[in-house]
Amino acid sequence: MTTDQHTVKAYDEELHFIGSRLAEMGGIAEKMLYDAIDALSRLDADLARRTIERDPKLDALQREIEEKAVLTIARRQPMAVDLRELVAAIHIASDLERVGDLCKNIAKRTTKISGDMRVPRTLVGLKHMADIAAIQLKNVLDAYAQKNVAAADEVWRRDADVDALEDSVFRDLLTFMMEDPRNISFCTHLLFCSKNIERIGDHATNIAETVHYLVTGEPLPVERPKGGSSGLESQAAAAK
Amino acid sequence: MSESATVLKPVESQPANRPSPSDIKLSVRNLNFYYGTTKALKNINLELETNKVTAFIGPSGCGKSTLLRILNRMYDLYPNQRAEGEVLLDGQNVLDPKLDINLLRARVGMVFQKPTPFPMTIYDNIAFGIRLYEKLPKSEMDGRVETALRGAALWEEVKNKLNASGLSLSGGQQQRLCIARTVAIRPEVILFDEPCSALDPISTAKIEELIDELKTRYTIAIVTHNMQQAARCSDKTAFMYLGDLIEFDQTSKIFMSPEQKQTQDYITGRFG
Repeated sequence: MTTDQHTVKAYDEELHFIGSRLAEMGGIAEKMLYDAIDALSRLDADLARRTIERDPKLDALQREIEEKAVLTIARRQPMAVDLRELVAAIHIASDLERVGDLCKNIAKRTTKISGDMRVPRTLVGLKHMADIAAIQLKNVLDAYAQKNVAAADEVWRRDADVDALEDSVFRDLLTFMMEDPRNISFCTHLLFCSKNIERIGDHATNIAETVHYLVTGEPLPVERPKGGSSGLESQAAAAK
Repeated sequence: MSESATVLKPVESQPANRPSPSDIKLSVRNLNFYYGTTKALKNINLELETNKVTAFIGPSGCGKSTLLRILNRMYDLYPNQRAEGEVLLDGQNVLDPKLDINLLRARVGMVFQKPTPFPMTIYDNIAFGIRLYEKLPKSEMDGRVETALRGAALWEEVKNKLNASGLSLSGGQQQRLCIARTVAIRPEVILFDEPCSALDPISTAKIEELIDELKTRYTIAIVTHNMQQAARCSDKTAFMYLGDLIEFDQTSKIFMSPEQKQTQDYITGRFG
């Protein structure tokens, strides 16, 4: 009696089109994050520039998905899972576009500090943090592709790990800056990179929330687990 | 969902669906209905809440219009049609053969798919029903007619031509005339059987606006093939298929995340 296909085939094609564009965005965002971190850890300015050049494609895809989704809503008046699918696509495209921007920012900073790096070991913590953020992003995109709510919830819970690492990176960088004022310039860039990676983790978490809503029709709690207090607070406490 | 054990709890679960007994206007219990030997409704149980709009959706032949016609015993007009079970209006079984059907239909009014004005003046279309139940002096009758036409958002359009034929009105106006005729006898429940299927979008919007306003005074049931209409103007929605009540829940729940796959397939256009 029922099938998984819409009676109107063009409707399926529109949803499929949006899904495939979103998968493409996910692939680009993952690649940008991987390359941005690779470029930063090897101080490879060429790779950083190539990463920056990828960002316009991500922006264009986001606009395309948004336009298609809005058009589909107007034309088909989707209900239930179809409506959630389209709203989710708009949200996820927007999160991935922001991930692209943050990667671009990391790459831009890499081009600025590549000739100026004094203490490469400062990068170890940052690289570790970025690896976790990349795993979070990959896992949440897989959860979306498979409509796996348990996997999405797991990403949502694990954002605390990235937050906790950001605290530790913050403390390391502050120590380097206090050791030698010549470190201040590039360490400041690295602080921003660390913040960018933490935000990429937040976007992965947003996508996890969207996947949970898409599959179950229910929102996750507003409050999610937080890893440690912010670096600023812990530093202030340590200074007392 | 197989992984439901590990799924996090939502922020807030749906409010309890069970209304308190005092909020229930009509209660359908273990209702079966037969057209001759064909069973058209299978053990239907549901409740219509006071001052709420309940929508019935489902593909043609699912039994939604049949159910509506049982609520005011419209099926009595036809031979070989038979209902079993109970339909309680304020606790009184309307299927009781001893019940005065005219009185029942004064309490449970109905508006049909196609506008059905009587071939008489606009004024008499309204007054006709009132005269069946009450003897009113002319001045009082004028007041009742005006109130009914205002209640159906038609007064401003017809106040200067009350003596024109009801048939001279547009389709949308005719349908509002029928609604005015229904509210004129002060019913408690109004049944709408696809009231907008013959109307243009503007007339449809006017009827929907009217339903929204009418629900403050009446309990409303509406059968519609237009799912957006059910989503727009009802508080609760029942999905029926092949004589079964598949799912009955808050309208927001039915249209955003229904429990049953059949409901989801129907409202998303994956049926058949």
